[in-house]
Amino acid sequence: MSIWLDQTSKVIVQGMTGSEGGKHTRRMIASGTRIVGGVTPGKGGQAVTFEERPVPVFDTVAQAKEATGANVSVIFVPAPRARAAVIEAVDAELDLAVVITEGVPVADTVDFVAYAQGRGSTRLIGPNCPGLISPGKSNVGIIPATIAGRGRIGLVSKSGTLTYQMMFELRDIGFSTAVGIGGDPVVGTTHIDALAAFEADPETDCVVLIGEIGGDAEERAAEFVASHMTKPVVGYVAGFTAPEGRTMGHAGAIVTGSAGTALAKKRALEAAGVRVGRTPSETAALMRQIVAAL
Amino acid sequence: MDLFEYEARELFETHGVPVLRGITASTPEQARVAAEELGTDVVVIKAQVKTGGRGRAGGVKLARSPQEAQARAADILGMDIAGHRVRTVMVAEGADIAAEFYFSLLLDRASRGYLAMCSVEGGMDIETLARERPQALARVPVDPRRGLDQAKAEEIVAAAGFAEADRAAVASVLVRLGEVYRANDATLVEVNPLVKTRDGRIVALDGKVTLDANAAFRHPEWDRYRDEDSDDPLEVRARAKGLNYVKLDGSVGVIGNGAGLVMSTLDVVAKAGEGLPGSPRPANFLDIGGGASAEVMANGLDIIISDDQVKSVLVNVFGGITACSEVAKGIIDALVMLGDRATKPIVVRLDGNAVEVGRHMLLEAAHPLVQLQDTMDAAARRAAELAISERGSNVDLA
Repeated sequence: MSIWLDQTSKVIVQGMTGSEGGKHTRRMIASGTRIVGGVTPGKGGQAVTFEERPVPVFDTVAQAKEATGANVSVIFVPAPRARAAVIEAVDAELDLAVVITEGVPVADTVDFVAYAQGRGSTRLIGPNCPGLISPGKSNVGIIPATIAGRGRIGLVSKSGTLTYQMMFELRDIGFSTAVGIGGDPVVGTTHIDALAAFEADPETDCVVLIGEIGGDAEERAAEFVASHMTKPVVGYVAGFTAPEGRTMGHAGAIVTGSAGTALAKKRALEAAGVRVGRTPSETAALMRQIVAAL
Repeated sequence: MDLFEYEARELFETHGVPVLRGITASTPEQARVAAEELGTDVVVIKAQVKTGGRGRAGGVKLARSPQEAQARAADILGMDIAGHRVRTVMVAEGADIAAEFYFSLLLDRASRGYLAMCSVEGGMDIETLARERPQALARVPVDPRRGLDQAKAEEIVAAAGFAEADRAAVASVLVRLGEVYRANDATLVEVNPLVKTRDGRIVALDGKVTLDANAAFRHPEWDRYRDEDSDDPLEVRARAKGLNYVKLDGSVGVIGNGAGLVMSTLDVVAKAGEGLPGSPRPANFLDIGGGASAEVMANGLDIIISDDQVKSVLVNVFGGITACSEVAKGIIDALVMLGDRATKPIVVRLDGNAVEVGRHMLLEAAHPLVQLQDTMDAAARRAAELAISERGSNVDLA
């Protein structure tokens, strides 16, 4: 097992014929992901060859699903077209749609998240996220497959590079699944969704939760840990030095008045029994203690 | 992106939200002319700054003649309000106020939808109201796919406890404010106060609008909102180069890739500095992004070295998509480009994609200012130490 993604996942790439989509399709194929097709309106019937393997292009997600049995889509289309691409994946009732695209207007995200929830058949991850990897099984998005191998730690993070950093710190132990949920103010999959899935996954023993300033997702995740998690959780929160009222790179990373501070998040997590590291390396050390005691 | 009050007022007017007449002025003389043009017995001179608390700071004054308007504008223009210099005032008609209300519509991250907040007790700071009299503030979720329609507006005014006689008029203004929100890709529309005048009109007397920068591609009209001269000069330069840079007040310049890793790097630098004399802290946030090229790295280093407060620089890159070889090339190129201007030590930590090549390139180049460290923690500690020794202190770091 692992969460949401494994070796049986059949993946299509919306935006595969674009430069970013093409580059990352090549990387995903190289890391063993079953890429079964691409979708670009108007380019149906063509094929793109990666390492001598032609991958068919379809006009619509529905056609791609019909022809290939795909159940996962990864979306690389430019921000102005992201909403339409997500709606199409949801309408095709794929199990999972991973939105890598950054710069999506939040009104569009609010709209397609509400739409997907209303339909109830597709999990959305992102937007503005690095995707997810179940090492040795499948890799959907842009997380480098070479950082860490398969293991029993689950990881959920708002940040791509902190995901990489933490996987690197714990590369000798390995991961069941690492999920980057994205740094936008509104995202399709929350920390809580990932915690619940890791709790239910027999191949995950413990979880690293990485948060950052802005909003109260970490505080709500802390409540969930206290009331629903039996597996140990280690936390890390970035942004203690962030000034009030400034957006720190991610659209959602902003301290507003006294809300959304790293300190408040750290305290909420600790109150829920989560051990929180002050640096990535300290967090990794806490996780090592937990793994050693399992 | 926050708008000035006068910009919010214009958007309100465009969407049929009742506002009072207002004219902007950037000199006292212009303020006098504006007051003459308005021709009302009383005008209000309001500082245009993107921060709260301007009333308490003396940034809002009444004037009963054009001459007085000129004098009050002279007092307010140039004033510093919470770090914001007043460059423009709005001269607005005075209002004969019978009652003050509060309304806002905002993105609600927790519910992944929208939230309307409304109160019949307006005029005071909303955070204070929410804290001291939470029962007086109605909070009504707004369905993202339905929006703030007539039925929702009626629900909001009822929840806020408006008198029956005022409900229809207020609800119709709320629908229009909902339209301001939707049509302009706002993440916040706030009116404080929304007033009832003695002649019974509902008027937005002040306005705060925050726009979603991600939606700029479908709003070419937003070009007019840029006011770069009100910001830090280094931030303006960084923005012109397309860099994601935030100026802070410490002495250790920081460059990294990915917003999360850079935020984390700032924290690690601050922690490393805690035990050192003068407690060096990070000087900035700078995210060179995924897949950053040598040119981006060079531009970033150039900005940071131009900051007089910076005593040392930390480059912390975990190469996911970004190749460490590109980062190394960027550092080397930047040092050539900067020449004699490069005087500050640069501590570099590289890991991930093409790390061996990147480290090797830096070792080969053997630039006297550049030193490599193996881990993020060690690099942060070294950069913090260098920031104090560069200050001229004779601390023994051994």
